[in-house]
Amino acid sequence: MSPSAAAVTTAALQAPSAEGSRLARAWRQARHRPASVVGAIVVLLFVAAAIGAPWIAGVDPMQSDWKLVRKAPSLAHPFGTDDLGRDTFARVVWGTRISMQAGVLSIVLAIAVGVPLGLIAGFYRGALDQAIMRLTDAWLAFPFLILAIGLVTIMGPSLTNATVAIGLGATPTYIRLTRGLVLSTAAEDYVQGARALGAGDLRLMARHVLPNIASSLLVQATISIPIAIIAEAVLSFLGLGVQPPAPSWGTMLNSAQQFLETAPWMAWWPGLAIFLLTLSFNLAGDGLRDLLDPRDY
Amino acid sequence: MFEFLVRRGAISVVTLFVISVVVFTGVRMIPGDPARVLAGTDADAAGIEAIREKYGLGDPIPVQYLRWVSLALRGDLGHSIRTREAVVSTVGSKLPITIELAFLSLLIAVSIAIPAGVLAAVRRNTLWDMLASGASLGGVSIPNFWLGIMLILFFSVQLGWLPASGFVPIWENPLDNLRRMVMPAFVLGTALAAVLMRQTRNSMIEVLSADYIRTAYSKGLASRAVIFRHAIRNSLIPVVTILGLQMGALMSGAVVTEQIFVVPGFGRLIVESVFTRDYPLVQGVVLITASSYVLINLMVDVSYSLLNPRIRIGGAPRES
Repeated sequence: MSPSAAAVTTAALQAPSAEGSRLARAWRQARHRPASVVGAIVVLLFVAAAIGAPWIAGVDPMQSDWKLVRKAPSLAHPFGTDDLGRDTFARVVWGTRISMQAGVLSIVLAIAVGVPLGLIAGFYRGALDQAIMRLTDAWLAFPFLILAIGLVTIMGPSLTNATVAIGLGATPTYIRLTRGLVLSTAAEDYVQGARALGAGDLRLMARHVLPNIASSLLVQATISIPIAIIAEAVLSFLGLGVQPPAPSWGTMLNSAQQFLETAPWMAWWPGLAIFLLTLSFNLAGDGLRDLLDPRDY
Repeated sequence: MFEFLVRRGAISVVTLFVISVVVFTGVRMIPGDPARVLAGTDADAAGIEAIREKYGLGDPIPVQYLRWVSLALRGDLGHSIRTREAVVSTVGSKLPITIELAFLSLLIAVSIAIPAGVLAAVRRNTLWDMLASGASLGGVSIPNFWLGIMLILFFSVQLGWLPASGFVPIWENPLDNLRRMVMPAFVLGTALAAVLMRQTRNSMIEVLSADYIRTAYSKGLASRAVIFRHAIRNSLIPVVTILGLQMGALMSGAVVTEQIFVVPGFGRLIVESVFTRDYPLVQGVVLITASSYVLINLMVDVSYSLLNPRIRIGGAPRES
């Protein structure tokens, strides 16, 4: 057996145990952070509700019933009914799907646009870097909601457009973050070593730089997703996102505002759902950050 | 120092230029003929043509851009389609209301966040720290528009202590003005307080582990003196930067808060202009918001470099 083949075999033998120790470390960490574990479980429950909405909700979230207008919570309607006699529980459950979709897809878009731009800027430096960063500065100068409002004005209000607007609003953060990470990673010995061995730019970026910055990007995603979920709710609340009668937490709160005196439960549940989901995301994200990024925060 | 100011200033000028191009193109991407919109619904073909001629809408795009920028630099952002009022004067009448709201919420945020952040850092890993960090997490997670609705539900509907909406100018009745502004300002200040508290705690912890703090202790200073005279002052420097970067979030928050509490400020103007498809107003409002964000952060960076000489040597405080 040649020395290099021996090395490969040893590495292959060690890989599972390294994986095992990482899992063990995760488990030890998890036991020290019960709040993060609870957060992660609640997020998973919301994901399950989003996927299983048709089965969990029971009744049609858009079915109005004039005999059931603004009824207080009861056994038949645990969250009460709204101004059109629709079941609030069913609408909150279906709203999970819209919130999750907007929250996750918008950040996926932000990563898909922002990471390549940040990679190029950080990797090639020079004039291209300057051009991208000046664009990013200008981009960042538009407050998130103002940018989203501007884009929705141009494209028209809908869930898809709101998702795109939120994603574009979050993009500059990813350009900046990726660029900063690339600047420090590209100078590392293993990247320089790979370059010396003749690896091309694309291979260097895809095989050596990207995998090493992925965990930081993932941590940023856990911070951005709850912000994006709130942003979707805000846009829908303002009438610039999901259009009625579709069940979105934001539109539900919008109509609830007119009936605060007679039907306050209409305002409780959608808001509580947003609060619980974002809080759980933040708790789970804190734990993930500790796990992936051992620096003390 | 001079070099830093020039470089930082140049970056801001480039940023403002890009912003103006983006806003200009953005408005031209809106589907529909601007001449038709400007002329109103009951204009005939000749009327539309006259408008097109008058505003130079048939000219090449770069010419239109240069004309628009040179007018904007002289403070002319056109007229609202709906009210025919100059965009600048409409904004000028709404802005003081939002500035008052932002100022009050800043006051609330700072007076909660800084003592709480310092306490959490000094009493690290105690019940106080956990309470402060928990409150900060809650403050970041709670959607501010829902918090606003819940406050109205509790203080206006249930208890009847505070009016749910409506606005009284501060120069007419300061006391009534404050009574109506306290809930919106609290809602707007919550998220800011959460972010500031976290930042204060982190930078205070960092400062407390610095050598000069140990020196201060070892020469026999009371811990009160060390914390108040040495630690807090130094730990607040990064907090000021965060404050500048949070101006954008404050602006977004004002849009929502003013909508809920029916405060007739700048934020409400933005939403109204979008719904009435008042494009010159949308264009002006977005341009003003983005430009003031750039200028505020320029001021923050410059004042920061005056406070902290290390930055002038290393280049711009933010990576660029």
